[in-house]
Amino acid sequence: MSATTDPFVVAGTVLSSRLLLGTGGLPHVSLLGPVLDAARPGLVTVSVRRASSLSDGSLLGALRAAGVRLLPNTAGCLSAREAVLTAELAREALGTDWVKLEVIGDERSLLPDVVELLEAAEQLVRRGFTVLPYTTDDPVVARRLADAGCAAVMPLGSPIGSGLGVLNPHAIEAVRAAVDVPVVLDAGVGTASDAALAMELGCEAVLAATAVTRADDPVAMARALRLAVEAGRSARGAGRIPRRAVARASSPMSGRIA
Amino acid sequence: MITLNGEPVAAIGSVADLLGRRLGDPAPSGVAVALNGEVLPRAQWPATPLADGDVVEVVTAVQGG
Repeated sequence: MSATTDPFVVAGTVLSSRLLLGTGGLPHVSLLGPVLDAARPGLVTVSVRRASSLSDGSLLGALRAAGVRLLPNTAGCLSAREAVLTAELAREALGTDWVKLEVIGDERSLLPDVVELLEAAEQLVRRGFTVLPYTTDDPVVARRLADAGCAAVMPLGSPIGSGLGVLNPHAIEAVRAAVDVPVVLDAGVGTASDAALAMELGCEAVLAATAVTRADDPVAMARALRLAVEAGRSARGAGRIPRRAVARASSPMSGRIA
Repeated sequence: MITLNGEPVAAIGSVADLLGRRLGDPAPSGVAVALNGEVLPRAQWPATPLADGDVVEVVTAVQGG
């Protein structure tokens, strides 16, 4: 399967890859180009922060030179009010109405505050944004977000930056079953097998940041995650065998020598 | 005085003048401005004067997940 035979579509837009990449945590912006070449991501997230100088322009310059589609986030926002203003500023600064909506409950767990999240999602949809919310692995919340008009839902596999992978695969499957919009596993990916598992569970895409940017070799991990996402998607489509408690021979038992 | 990104700054001229002084460019790309909690569209920067007590946020894109 490929991007042409198995396109990843969000809000009517075909994205070039099912791997979405966060840029947070890269030790140096000079690694960005090689990482993007290796990951070939469908979307690349950035944050919006106070500008003290225009030195950060090199980031936007590198992203624009690479021709990637930007997905600004509202990381660090603790209320719907902050998240909506941050999204509005991102739209003005970057010229995109797509937003990765994050409203966290506290700065220690970084877990979503789903009450504020739903409120922010409703406001942003009304204001014309294409909203991709970072949320819990709760299928009821996912359905509420989809009903509010979100273009995708992005449940966490485990806490942001933890690298613990998909802690509750049954919950991710339940989210997949609960909504008709794309499901993007966001947060918790630590290595390639985590991304492959998410895809095998039925997620349409995976978003990874720390797994790549804080790997010993970010470029090699970017490539590994790209391949893992492709492999997991193919395996999902292939239909895995059911799990059995006992062995089942693959070689014929008849015709054996005495 | 106004508050620019949390710091007190003299209220002189327009929003574009402020950006020129602080960032070296009165119309920098990849930058957005909020004035008193609302986005101030780029086209309005030159004609929007700063007034005592204004709260101005100037933001840009940085690395983030």
